[in-house]
Amino acid sequence: MNLFGFARKQRRARSAETAKDRLQILLAHERSGGGRGGEADYLPMLQRDIVEAIRKYVSIGETDVEVRMERGEQMSSLEINVELPSEVGSKAG
Amino acid sequence: MTVDLKEKPALGRVIVITSGKGGVGKTTSAAAISAGLAKQGHRTVVIDFDVGLRNLDMTMGCERRVVFDFINVIQGDARLKQALIRDKRLENLSILPTSQTRDKDALTKEGVEKVLDELKQEFDYIICDSPAGIEHGAQMAMYFADEAVVVTNPEVSSVRDSDRVLGLLSSQTKRAESEGADAVKAQVLLTRHDPARVESGEMMNVEDVLEILAVPLLGVIPESQAILRASNIGTPVVLDQPSAASRAYEDAVRRLTGEEVEMRIAGERRPGLFHRLFGRAS
Repeated sequence: MNLFGFARKQRRARSAETAKDRLQILLAHERSGGGRGGEADYLPMLQRDIVEAIRKYVSIGETDVEVRMERGEQMSSLEINVELPSEVGSKAG
Repeated sequence: MTVDLKEKPALGRVIVITSGKGGVGKTTSAAAISAGLAKQGHRTVVIDFDVGLRNLDMTMGCERRVVFDFINVIQGDARLKQALIRDKRLENLSILPTSQTRDKDALTKEGVEKVLDELKQEFDYIICDSPAGIEHGAQMAMYFADEAVVVTNPEVSSVRDSDRVLGLLSSQTKRAESEGADAVKAQVLLTRHDPARVESGEMMNVEDVLEILAVPLLGVIPESQAILRASNIGTPVVLDQPSAASRAYEDAVRRLTGEEVEMRIAGERRPGLFHRLFGRAS
């Protein structure tokens, strides 16, 4: 009985901790973006620039670039997938 | 990359989750309903219409993966395909987050319609999570709806606001404005229902609320600790461990897809002999 109660309390505490961790990470990113959560606002421009840069060498469509973001506490990762047309002979990077 | 299945054409049903009043459980319900639909195998997308106060991403647990948003798509800065976030738990569930930085005027009727039309080609259910209030954002969320889920708490201001929203659904929507079109099918989802307080006469019961609002009932979601836990960990309640709330949402989802499911109200049983003799537990 006691053991069960203890386990339940532990579980509940853990979800509150998860909530706090998630908020701290998210808000740190939002606040660092010059106030109004603008952190990710450069991403559309970044994508446009990437597409343009690649187009100097290979002809790709605008939807052939996929940008993904994973925000972390210590660092965030930006994943950029470019799908190249098969004529070029190389596959997606 | 989204749907390359040789399946039947998408149903393309647009359902708005709305309420008027804030804090009644719209986003929780939008997350639970969309996850519930996807869990049943329906291709589902859930859109956050609360521009400037994005929260669906947190409730769905994808807040760290937002790159582009609904507004980027409307303004042509990103393609829809790029802005959709594929859920990590259910492959036929996608999330379209909103912008945290723009203001509500960025939602234009034409822009919203274009995005919804594109989504209708690929998804069976398009769940629109409305912001609170009855201003522009809420109007945009409901304008193109085929159906509405009006989230209501058994409490006076919530019921009053729901009534107001029901009025808007029957006058300020595309279906209301198009001659010959069926009205938006509106149903009430009663949330934060507390059977003990209903029983003691402190809280209006389901019949009271329905009598006032005069629309069909989609479901009754009990007040539950599972809701806060699910929001803490960023998991729609139907994807977390089973609870009275998750069962109630799953029933509501089945009704939404046209199934007939008996209305069971969690905890609301005739008090048994034991209770009558020894008083109420909880």
